[in-house]
Amino acid sequence: MSLPLPHPRPTRVAASLALIASLAAATPPASAFCGFYVGKADTKLFNEASQVILARDGNRTVIGMRNDFQGELTDFALVVPVPVVLQKDQIHVGDPKIFERIDAYSAPRLAEYFDPNPCEVRKIAREMAAPASAGATLAQKASRDQALGVTIEASYTVGEYDIVILSATQSNGLEVWLKQNGYRIPANASRALQPYVRQGLKFFVAKVNLAEQAKTGFSYLRPLQFAFEYERFMLPVRLGMLNAKGPQDLVIYVLTRNGRVETTNYRTVKLPANVELPTYVRGEFPKVYKALFETQARREDYRVVWTEYFWDMGWCDPCAANPLSLEELRSAGVFWLDGDMSSTGAPGAAARSVVRPRGGGAQPVMLTRLHLRYTPETLPEDLMFHETQDRQNFQARYILRHPWQGDANACPEAKSYFDEVARRQEREAQTLANLTAWDLNDIRGRMNVQAVSAPKWWERLWR
Amino acid sequence: MIAAARLSLLERLYAKSRDRLPRDARAFQIFFLAALLTTGVLLRDFSVQPLQIALAFAAGLATQAFWLKRLGLQQKGLLSAIVTCCGLSLLLRSDALWAHPLAAALAMSSKFVLRINGKHLYNPANLGVIAAITLLPGTWVSPGQWGNDLALAVWLLMLGTIVTQRARRLDISWVFLGAFLGCVALRVVLLGQSWAIWWHQLGNGALLLFTFFMISDPMTIPNRSGPRIAYALIVACGAAAWQYLLFKPNALIWVLFLATPLVPLFDRLFPGEHFAWRGAGPAPASSVRV
Repeated sequence: MSLPLPHPRPTRVAASLALIASLAAATPPASAFCGFYVGKADTKLFNEASQVILARDGNRTVIGMRNDFQGELTDFALVVPVPVVLQKDQIHVGDPKIFERIDAYSAPRLAEYFDPNPCEVRKIAREMAAPASAGATLAQKASRDQALGVTIEASYTVGEYDIVILSATQSNGLEVWLKQNGYRIPANASRALQPYVRQGLKFFVAKVNLAEQAKTGFSYLRPLQFAFEYERFMLPVRLGMLNAKGPQDLVIYVLTRNGRVETTNYRTVKLPANVELPTYVRGEFPKVYKALFETQARREDYRVVWTEYFWDMGWCDPCAANPLSLEELRSAGVFWLDGDMSSTGAPGAAARSVVRPRGGGAQPVMLTRLHLRYTPETLPEDLMFHETQDRQNFQARYILRHPWQGDANACPEAKSYFDEVARRQEREAQTLANLTAWDLNDIRGRMNVQAVSAPKWWERLWR
Repeated sequence: MIAAARLSLLERLYAKSRDRLPRDARAFQIFFLAALLTTGVLLRDFSVQPLQIALAFAAGLATQAFWLKRLGLQQKGLLSAIVTCCGLSLLLRSDALWAHPLAAALAMSSKFVLRINGKHLYNPANLGVIAAITLLPGTWVSPGQWGNDLALAVWLLMLGTIVTQRARRLDISWVFLGAFLGCVALRVVLLGQSWAIWWHQLGNGALLLFTFFMISDPMTIPNRSGPRIAYALIVACGAAAWQYLLFKPNALIWVLFLATPLVPLFDRLFPGEHFAWRGAGPAPASSVRV
């Protein structure tokens, strides 16, 4: 149970259920416990948000990268520094659905509650689950490559990608090589490549094989995943900034065995959450969340990594989407699961609001969802992480509380109830204004409420 | 004439204020650490609960009082316990309530148990944090919690300078900071990185806190200036290697912990006067200082 909150009125439950069913036909009706999920703010909100799934245990690392590349496929180039020459079977073309699943499961969400009749004493809490809306023949040129200091360590075609693993002795040579070989990389890439070259890292370089891409029948590029061992728990992000125009968004889903993951070279802060917002935001939660995130990120000058979610993946309370199945977790890169996870909710199974922890023996998977908005100036160093021992769950969840729709004269308690509702609505308006930097009076107007002055001190005296 | 009168007035004012200020550097240290802890909790979202801080103080002070009584020591000072508990609250994070008091009790006990040549061996906060993260489940250190804010860094530099100056151990802090940032600069040059990375490290609140409030602890560093500088260089280069060659987190506190056994060695090879708090001058080597 997330909150000991009052009972939703049955008629409204039905209405909300219908709405949600129409939103997501695949979502079955849910057993009700503590509040509705009525809205979700997934990564689709943020234009050009890159998504990365990072699974790590010990030195073993699996990175999955999803690029929402919009341009001509011939222009696509991906360059990732990697510690070793990857073998072909260390590279995998993943399923984009896994990004959508993990996004939906961990997205910031809106929970909704209904005040009970203040004239009635008994209070029961119910809840409902959420809609799961939604994700050259190189050898001939060997001598010329050698002059540039570039060695092709390996080359593979995996799925729709032509991949080469390069080692380089000088970054200028690497930039020239990439351009000569038809990779559309930004000007002055060598400066950004240099630190990686000097650390002796290899370069995983991918472009699209158009013939193979046509065979896949997909209109989009599937995510690339690669597995390797590396003592550093980090994500090379600096190369991605070469083309940056204004702030960029990055969402990282980190899957680990023990606890919450945070960055060691930047502040990691939990987003302001678990606050009550005006009920009118029900229909426009994505807009609210977008403004909220923008405002918070700007206030911290884009120098903070935000935690949006941290939870043991075996359960959720309440769940915004079904927990991932064993197959889905494997598809996301989780490699340490060998036990039975049959009690984990499988896709298509009934959406449960609370999915309890798995039975004994199963090895845990912790999901930390980190979201950062950054500019090249605010993120001078690649992201370094460490896994803490923290197991306190966190979710970016926002609460709507619908007032009781009764008559103020129904009973003596009703009058004081409505007084409290007015004060609560004022607090909600101020919270929303503070989080989103929206105008307080506009919010009051949308809520159709007036500013409430605090009661005079003597009004409480002779009540 | 007027200038001379002004000068003498200023001199008298300075002498007066100097007399009124506490002589013990730990009073400043406590004040600044408390201010930093408040700043961290209120403005930097430190994930430490007030109850954890209260329990750490209760356990730390009780442990100090227990050992003072048991060993029949005359000093009633609880200042160092307060400093240690501030340090633990700033550094240690836990999702349980018992980790902070246990770490505080271990840290304070170490002062009375792990002693060599009349000095306690480990900086208590350093030992407390290392003991907690290695022995207690559900504990961690958040090295990124301060962020890399240059304005905050300037404040830390100023406050730290005051404390280390009053403790007459400013040399170790500056040598350490210079050497560590020198290593970072060397790495920037060797790898062809952007200098923004160097500034990013300079603004690191955790680095500056360590520089001025942990490694500078006069009781757990070599007594003589020369060995102190050598010790600062060893810790700085060791921390840089830990961070940039081994790629392990919490370089500063780990390397200080591992390097601490060198201190009695330095003191044996290069004997010097023991440090004593309260500006009372050196105490006889046979007395027990806590």
